[in-house]
Amino acid sequence: MRLLTHNMLSSNIKGVTNGFPLRIEVEKVVEKSVDFNPDFLKNMFAKIEYKALVEASRIMGYAELPDHAEPSMLESDDFLRKFHHALMELHLEEGTLVCPETGRRFPVNKGVPNMLLHEDEV
Amino acid sequence: MSYRIAQIRLVNSHPEVYDPCDDSFALVDALLADRTNLLEHRPIFCLEIGCGSGYVITSLALLLGGDVCGSYFIATDINPHALDVTSDTLKAHGVHAELVNTDVAAGLEGRLMGLVDVMVVNPPYVPTPEEEVGCDGITSAWAGGENGRSVIDKILPIADRLLSDKGWLYMVTLTANDPSDICLQMKKKGYAARIVLQRSTEEESLHVIKFWRDPNSKLEANEAKVLNHGTAIGSFISQFSQVSLWKS
Repeated sequence: MRLLTHNMLSSNIKGVTNGFPLRIEVEKVVEKSVDFNPDFLKNMFAKIEYKALVEASRIMGYAELPDHAEPSMLESDDFLRKFHHALMELHLEEGTLVCPETGRRFPVNKGVPNMLLHEDEV
Repeated sequence: MSYRIAQIRLVNSHPEVYDPCDDSFALVDALLADRTNLLEHRPIFCLEIGCGSGYVITSLALLLGGDVCGSYFIATDINPHALDVTSDTLKAHGVHAELVNTDVAAGLEGRLMGLVDVMVVNPPYVPTPEEEVGCDGITSAWAGGENGRSVIDKILPIADRLLSDKGWLYMVTLTANDPSDICLQMKKKGYAARIVLQRSTEEESLHVIKFWRDPNSKLEANEAKVLNHGTAIGSFISQFSQVSLWKS
């Protein structure tokens, strides 16, 4: 699971009002090289929650992203490369996603998060 | 000229996962038929609900050119075995999609709302007793409840929330699902529809329908409702040249 996907997931257990971002517990991270596409990254910048990405990337062992970012930084190749690496190349292969409100744990196995809810959570 | 889509010999299988069949081929053929539009559309988020063997999401990724094209592919399935198989199928073709084990799009609906540019669904559309819907394993791939509509009717409002302003939905339907009614339900939500592909096999008659947002649709659907007049809805349905086949 890429951190871009993590950025698009939230806990939707019945009654939860703030299920984002899911806290990551890491068991195994893998890095996979992905083609660098500046246009894609610029498009994506407006769609993601940057703060959640920074926190997630640090938990995954990558501390290069600045705390804050603004659209003008998308002109910087250095920033774009770091943004690309955090968003696209870091995979949570094994671990857990934890609901920030309830502590409910969603396992991630072989890079696939299991977001299935129990009957009493729907 | 033929384009690259998933090759059957590279599609993995599992006893609890639905192998690519006529409906899967129909959906991929519909995407192929609409390939020029898809390429011009330049979708960012592409989502498949119920990826099964991975044949469709792999083909979509290949059609659009994979990661380098600037699209991001996500596929979901309620059956964990399906995601294992899809992962293998994607790898065998050298493309990537992010996989989520979930019911329709649960867990993605909040953040992915209004962001999906292309959504593809080959839903469980076979009419079955209601209690078979959402059962474990391969049954979830086809059991569609009454008229095969239970899961379809659950997916439609979710699709409406997830699709971007320019979003397109491609969905496989069976005659028994009453596709004209599905179109009407989507029209009330403000979508226009077109049959991209119609195919009759020995066992079933399939339509792949494409939906997109169209402000006039909602207006017309509301007028039709107010008038409660059969012809208003009839004129909408008659825009489909194949409509008579739905009733055959």
